Amino acid sequence: MYSFEYERPSGIDAAAAAHGEDDKFLAGGMSFLPTLKLRLAQVDKLVDLGGIDELKGITVTGDTVTIGAMTTHGTVAASEDVKKAIPALAAMAANIGDAQVRNRGTIGGSIANADPAACYPSSLVALGATVHTNKRSISADDFFVDLFETALEEGELVTKVSFPIPEKAAYAKFPNPASRFAMVGVFVAKISGGARVAVTGAGSSVFRQSEMEAALSSNFSSDAIANIKTPADDLNSDIHASADYRAHLITVMAQRAVDAAS
Amino acid sequence: MTSVTMTVNGKSVTRDVEPNTLLVQFIRENLRLTGTHVGCDTSQCGACTVHVNGDSVKSCTMLAVQAEGADVTTIEGLANGDELHPMQEAFKENHGLQCGFCTPGMIMSAVDLVKRNPNPSEDTIRHELEGNICRCTGYHNIVKSVKSAAEKMGG
Amino acid sequence: MSAVENGIGASVTRKEDQRFITGNGNYLDDINKAGQAYGHFLRSPYAHAKIKNIDLTAARAAPGVIDIFVGADMAADEVGGLICGWGISSKDGSPHVAPPHPCLAMGSVKHVGDQVAFVVAESVQEAKDAAELIEVDYEELPSVTDVRKAGVAGAAQVHDEAPGNQCYDWEIGDKEAVDAAFANAHHVTKMDLINNRLAPNPMEPRAALGEYDRGTGEYTLYTTSQNPHVARLILSAFVNIAPEHKLRVIAPDVGGGFGSKIFVYAEETTTIWASKKVGRPIKWTADRSEAFMTDAHGRDHATHAEMAFDADGHILGFRVATKANMGAYLSTFASAVPTYLYATLLNGQYKMPCIYAEVQALFTNTTPVDAYRGAGRPEATYVVERMMERAARDMNMDPTDLRMKNFIAPDAYPYETPVIMTYDSGDYPQTLNLAKNMISYDGFQARKAESASRGKLRGIGSAAYIEACGIAPSAAVGSLGAGVGLWESAEVRFNPTGSVTVFTGSHSHGQGHETTFAQLIADKLGVPFDNVEVVHGDTTKVPFGMGTYGSRSLAVGGSAIVKAADKIVEKAKKIAAHLMEASADDIEHAHGVFSVAGTDKQLTIGEIAFAAYVPHNYPEDLEPGLAENAFYDPLNFTFPAGTHIAEVEIDPATGVVEVVDWAAADDFGNVINPMIVEGQVHGGVAQGIGQALLEGVVYDDDSGQLLTGSYMDYCMPRADDLPNFKVEATNTPCPSNPLGVKGCGEAGAIAAPAALMNAITDALGKEIDMPATPEKVWRAAQSA
Repeated sequence: MYSFEYERPSGIDAAAAAHGEDDKFLAGGMSFLPTLKLRLAQVDKLVDLGGIDELKGITVTGDTVTIGAMTTHGTVAASEDVKKAIPALAAMAANIGDAQVRNRGTIGGSIANADPAACYPSSLVALGATVHTNKRSISADDFFVDLFETALEEGELVTKVSFPIPEKAAYAKFPNPASRFAMVGVFVAKISGGARVAVTGAGSSVFRQSEMEAALSSNFSSDAIANIKTPADDLNSDIHASADYRAHLITVMAQRAVDAAS
Repeated sequence: MTSVTMTVNGKSVTRDVEPNTLLVQFIRENLRLTGTHVGCDTSQCGACTVHVNGDSVKSCTMLAVQAEGADVTTIEGLANGDELHPMQEAFKENHGLQCGFCTPGMIMSAVDLVKRNPNPSEDTIRHELEGNICRCTGYHNIVKSVKSAAEKMGG
Repeated sequence: MSAVENGIGASVTRKEDQRFITGNGNYLDDINKAGQAYGHFLRSPYAHAKIKNIDLTAARAAPGVIDIFVGADMAADEVGGLICGWGISSKDGSPHVAPPHPCLAMGSVKHVGDQVAFVVAESVQEAKDAAELIEVDYEELPSVTDVRKAGVAGAAQVHDEAPGNQCYDWEIGDKEAVDAAFANAHHVTKMDLINNRLAPNPMEPRAALGEYDRGTGEYTLYTTSQNPHVARLILSAFVNIAPEHKLRVIAPDVGGGFGSKIFVYAEETTTIWASKKVGRPIKWTADRSEAFMTDAHGRDHATHAEMAFDADGHILGFRVATKANMGAYLSTFASAVPTYLYATLLNGQYKMPCIYAEVQALFTNTTPVDAYRGAGRPEATYVVERMMERAARDMNMDPTDLRMKNFIAPDAYPYETPVIMTYDSGDYPQTLNLAKNMISYDGFQARKAESASRGKLRGIGSAAYIEACGIAPSAAVGSLGAGVGLWESAEVRFNPTGSVTVFTGSHSHGQGHETTFAQLIADKLGVPFDNVEVVHGDTTKVPFGMGTYGSRSLAVGGSAIVKAADKIVEKAKKIAAHLMEASADDIEHAHGVFSVAGTDKQLTIGEIAFAAYVPHNYPEDLEPGLAENAFYDPLNFTFPAGTHIAEVEIDPATGVVEVVDWAAADDFGNVINPMIVEGQVHGGVAQGIGQALLEGVVYDDDSGQLLTGSYMDYCMPRADDLPNFKVEATNTPCPSNPLGVKGCGEAGAIAAPAALMNAITDALGKEIDMPATPEKVWRAAQSA
């Protein structure tokens, strides 16, 4: 690791104030610290969000689950409130990374990093979540822009994410056998007036599969999407899976998610 | 240099460290507790697993300064004096280790696993050990060890 | 069951575990020396390049830098390059081509990760910082990584010394006889098989700590080695670091090896050499990325095989042509792996009238390839057993029936194969039948139908493997080109109070020698297990040793201990006779108790040991003390064999293969500690499943870049990838060593890939190559 300064503010405003050019916020660090270790990134200062209590915690109101940015995957996975309100979200969190990663990794860190193979982005997009920052609220559809790129501005800080509670939802992940990140992950949600389908791992960023959404909106069953193929042109291709195979897996995973949705 | 204070295996320790010091470096190099190992550089093998405030974490993927004020337990702090932790005992009884390099991390993960799943099925054990790689045992006897320890720990 | 507590045959829990489960192991990176500096290697980012210039100016000025070394510095000190210790001759009699293998590059780099410079600094951080300031002017050259392309006209040339990239073109067997057999064949099965390249991945990365004592002129090298004495011999006699008596090599607790820590590498060589140059101890510890780039890889064969049968399914002849990838340089024992450790096992468990095998070894711009768990024998078993299964399918026979029909009969030993091996014992029908029972082979069709009802494809596949291990008789390996003898040494030393210290040249890096060898002493000499300490891994403490590889520790190293124990008994009998005023001929011995025949007079070994060290009442013609050395050179290899059967279920929609059952029936001869032996089988099978299903080193075909350089892309088997294993043993004692043991460390890795691929191809009804990744399996399932 290259050298850097370190600061651990205890409030959101202090954190924002501490963040200068070429600085980085540090959430769980599960992606960024390995990047630093391999000397693939260099920062002047890390602003550690771990000391900010107001960024942690889960609240469930009538139709919304709100998760603080520094809430760990393990906390979400174990939350009885989340399991009751959006079981798919808890189940998804329970399969991110591994147990140790779930004990440190956070929702805010995951979505701000916007790894194309991360699980969380698909849940935000499929559930139509809203990302709250210290400056504004951004819809999930607008939040994820491209490979490791979000709508966040320099120094802007995710504070929490609010998820509308769907009628039912599920996430099906086909993990990369080596890294265990999503090679293809599909999050489906049945919401009032329709369905949403978000795909992670397959493209440069999470994306919605609108043809499947249309089909599921009129008939929320796996048969309805059995013959819907995702064009492979823009999908990822690597030593683990070709674009064709990923395209195929999108349909299979989407079907399995629909079947599992509760 | 930044001063960092934490409790390690029940003892309060304070040291000056560079901010880019990993928790595992702090444990191994500053405290000379070498039971916690480093087996990879991409945060996957789990040989460096310790408990921070009771939860298993990869100490290679946490800065020492992030553990300010935390309660850290390493493999050296797991036994109660000469009395082995049931998980340690089970690994020995069930031949859950061979070269021993992954073992400290494996045991620390397993203890946390049983804490969260007091009566784990074989599938649960295998899933929960996803973050720990062993090259020697084929995991067969590790799974057996964890199951046996969970029973003894009163699951 | 053993006659004494914790003796031969008892599943004793391991002595070494106490330190490992409490975090008190002593692995290399745990060791620190006063005044220690840290080394870091600058490595080639290219697969193949000419180095036009290296500018160290900025790096030398960086904070904390003590010194920086390049290839010319080592050459100026007359420190040689690395060697290959086994000479193979080509068909035409010419010796294999062994191009120079400098520790630090001399004008060119030949693979990604090749060492370019060694930075020594006050901290690892500073060494890495400085390395980034070294300016290397590279001229990138064309590269070749695929062994199938390396010998093709126009392929990039790795070494000027090796035209066509050929290291050797070797043959074994009787070509004319095989040609004649094929001419008369009723059926011929043909296959092209890839044995995928593997990264060994012991969990402890390699490391070295070198120290030079100006007062005595002695070097001490701590290194992650499976054979510290061999490392000393090579570093002394061939690399010119220091004479053997001035070089101490210590291999402390070593966190797994699987072959990769047999070899002498550039890193420890450079580290020990540089420690004198800078006058301080230097520590180097690999990170995992370096391990992927530089730990010798395993396998990487491309093979065409043809097997001829008569109308009844009897094998008439076997013809094999293999291209073996050596990587960029010849590693320590690389040349022997695809020849004498491979082609000599192509006879399998069968009556094969004739065999002809050709092996062309080729250089490529990849990490050197050498022995990895099984070393040659998994490749041989893969070829033989994939062929047998395929032939049975071609001839509409049950594959286990075809094997049974061709097995060497249990009463046919010693059995000479057409490829220079003499099998000494075995009962192949017995292990095959046992494995079938263990997995309920006869119930498979019902299970297949049940899977089909859920839309799943189920398959079953066997591998009846054989290996030659306990490597091996020195005269035999010497005649085949080995540069060393392959005996083992031991000392059994009684202390005056009756406890025993055993010094062994074997090295434990997970195998549990401290336990198994103590059991031997407990059994043979009646010394309580807890009063036996086993010392290994230090050239100053242990008289000599050839180390641990090739499943040889018990068969060879254990036999040396038994020989030393026998000498102890002989001497103790004389002491006992004197003390009990009897004739030595009348002294009987069992498990440490010496008695006078026909009387109730007896003495224990402890009492005799005390008398030997306090010889107040002692035979005049006998030396005091009770300590004996022995060297043991075996009469033959040992031939463990058995059958593994795998059962899989495939999800045709995704291509995911689930290993649903595994039966391992192995004949390891006599077993000292069944718990440890089962553990060895588990681990071997896991590595074999890894090879068949998950693992594979991949290089970019154009750039020669390593694409699987971390656990993000190289798939290590995790707990949830594997099933529980059913493991049982049969026993035909090995007649070639006093313990009757055969070696168990590699069996699983040898049997598993073939068994699993046979199961997968059974389910799919078509052939695919390893690793059977989900996409490959899915594609096959689509077109099946």
